[in-house]
Amino acid sequence: MIELRNVTRSYGAFKALDAAQLTIQEGEFFSLLGPSGCGKTTLLRMIAGFDTPTEGSILIDGQDMVGTPANRRPTNMVFQSYAIFPHLNVEQNVAYGLKRLKLSQTEEKRRVDEALAMVELRGLGKRAAHELSGGQRQRVALARALVMRPKVLLLDEPLSALDKKLREQMQVELRHLQKSVGITFVLVTHDQYEALAMSDRIAVMFGGKIAQVDTPQHIYQHPVNRQVADFLGGMNFIRAKIVGEDERAILVETAGFGRVKTDKPGHFRSNGGSATLGIRPERLRVLWDDEQSRHEVAGTVVDRHYFGEVTHLVVEIPGFEAPLSVIETNNFGADDIPVGAPIRLAYDPDALVALAD
Amino acid sequence: MTRRPASWLPIYAALYVAFLYAPVLLLPLFSVNNSATPTLPLAGFTWKWYQQLAGNRELVSAAWNSLAVGLATAVLATLLGICGARAVTRYRFRGKRPMSGLIMAPLVLPEIIVAISLLLVMLAFGLNLSLVTVTLGHVLICLPYSMVVLMSGFDGFGLSLEEASADLGETAFGTFRRVTLPMVAPAILSSLLVSFTISFDEFIVAFFLSGTDPTLPIYIWGQLRFASRLPAVLALGTIMLIGSFILVTIAEILRRRAVRRTQTDGCLFV
Repeated sequence: MIELRNVTRSYGAFKALDAAQLTIQEGEFFSLLGPSGCGKTTLLRMIAGFDTPTEGSILIDGQDMVGTPANRRPTNMVFQSYAIFPHLNVEQNVAYGLKRLKLSQTEEKRRVDEALAMVELRGLGKRAAHELSGGQRQRVALARALVMRPKVLLLDEPLSALDKKLREQMQVELRHLQKSVGITFVLVTHDQYEALAMSDRIAVMFGGKIAQVDTPQHIYQHPVNRQVADFLGGMNFIRAKIVGEDERAILVETAGFGRVKTDKPGHFRSNGGSATLGIRPERLRVLWDDEQSRHEVAGTVVDRHYFGEVTHLVVEIPGFEAPLSVIETNNFGADDIPVGAPIRLAYDPDALVALAD
Repeated sequence: MTRRPASWLPIYAALYVAFLYAPVLLLPLFSVNNSATPTLPLAGFTWKWYQQLAGNRELVSAAWNSLAVGLATAVLATLLGICGARAVTRYRFRGKRPMSGLIMAPLVLPEIIVAISLLLVMLAFGLNLSLVTVTLGHVLICLPYSMVVLMSGFDGFGLSLEEASADLGETAFGTFRRVTLPMVAPAILSSLLVSFTISFDEFIVAFFLSGTDPTLPIYIWGQLRFASRLPAVLALGTIMLIGSFILVTIAEILRRRAVRRTQTDGCLFV
């Protein structure tokens, strides 16, 4: 559907986007995730036609789009500021692009109504732009783009201006909407939870480069390097000694976890016989009383943060340079564990991943 | 915690305002005074000075001249202003800062110097002094005002509106017609009104650059030599005063409306 071949955008010596290679499938909900300045918006704007790559090509449906202006591309965009035309009402905003198609009055009206119904704005067609709330503006922007029936819908941080509750509701709605219209969505976001919750696949970007492309689950559980792991949620990093290595796996040894065999990530280079292991805080489980596990480590609680539904424990393990962070749901009383208490933690060796630096 | 101002401040303010406006307000007062000299005490109410105006052929022709110059100036200054304001607010180019500074310079240059230099240049080019040369001079003077008004019009709405239009399939020209123009229309109107008002009562440049066709201010200047015509001049001055006041008020209302309209756009982050 969308194919990026070696797409580079440089400003003098600075490369905002460096040789991006990417294929986005038809009907996919695809997210570009990264911190600000990572090149994700530049990439989106180049797909839309507002920016031109200095090298490489962008194909949509097999056709090279470089040189085609924005108004002749089969893409539509939902802008971060929504860019609702302030001098037009809701209906006129949604019909803006249809005017050029020279449809019959009834057909145009039908499509506008259909689009408004899709975003649940039925009956608000006559509202002036300045009478709309933030969430409604967002829906108008969405309807205005979808009414054009684009091959690709581009969304530039569409939820960042909404408050938390509304944002979560819109995440669900957007996801449902995308599945029902079947249009390819490309979303730009810096919010990892948003990307994880909505996407079929995610591309994580840093410093103008695409670091990893994968499904939310796989990217979360098997990040290719420390940077990706750190950006997507919390991660405990542990130095480990490499004791064995073959084509696909490495065998490492750490003070607390003993010997563990893990998959070898793509770009992995053994670094003087040592490696970095990662384990997510929620993959560590508190062992109560005389409960036993085949894989456990013992330590001391040094800090505790209460978050309502979960408690974050900071646990010092002898032999580890940094304490482990543990997330426990509060149904067994993790919020009652005092600081300074001895504690045992169970872990699944499969949850340990080797990370490239 | 608002502090009370010193007690002499209101008196000072009242005196200040009186100094600013009392002389101007004397104009309409004496224009309806039934006496050939503008002196107190007043000698009774009359419309006769106004009636005299209408019958004065020279004056009417001067008024038409000013109207023509004013309209031409307003249109030209606004057209140039649109191009300039758009360039300054939308594009990045070499020499942008000095260029926008230079466009504003006529605001602070002594008008008489501008007038003399224009006269020299126009004579050097062999142009005959006429209403056309006056118009050219007025465009130069009005352009900074027009630019200020239009730049606030263009600045007010984000680039993303024009991008959204292009994204929805509209061409560059269509985007200008359907989005840019309606958005800056109040600013354009306001620029037209301001330029017209400035040109209509401008004296110095018109004095140097007009040939045999006087504009209204120049006609008035000529009349001041005759004491008997003073009341009629006062009547004319009153009409111009009221006209300018109305036009500038409309321009300001339009400008504020434009600002409000563009600010209710999706700029939720400001």
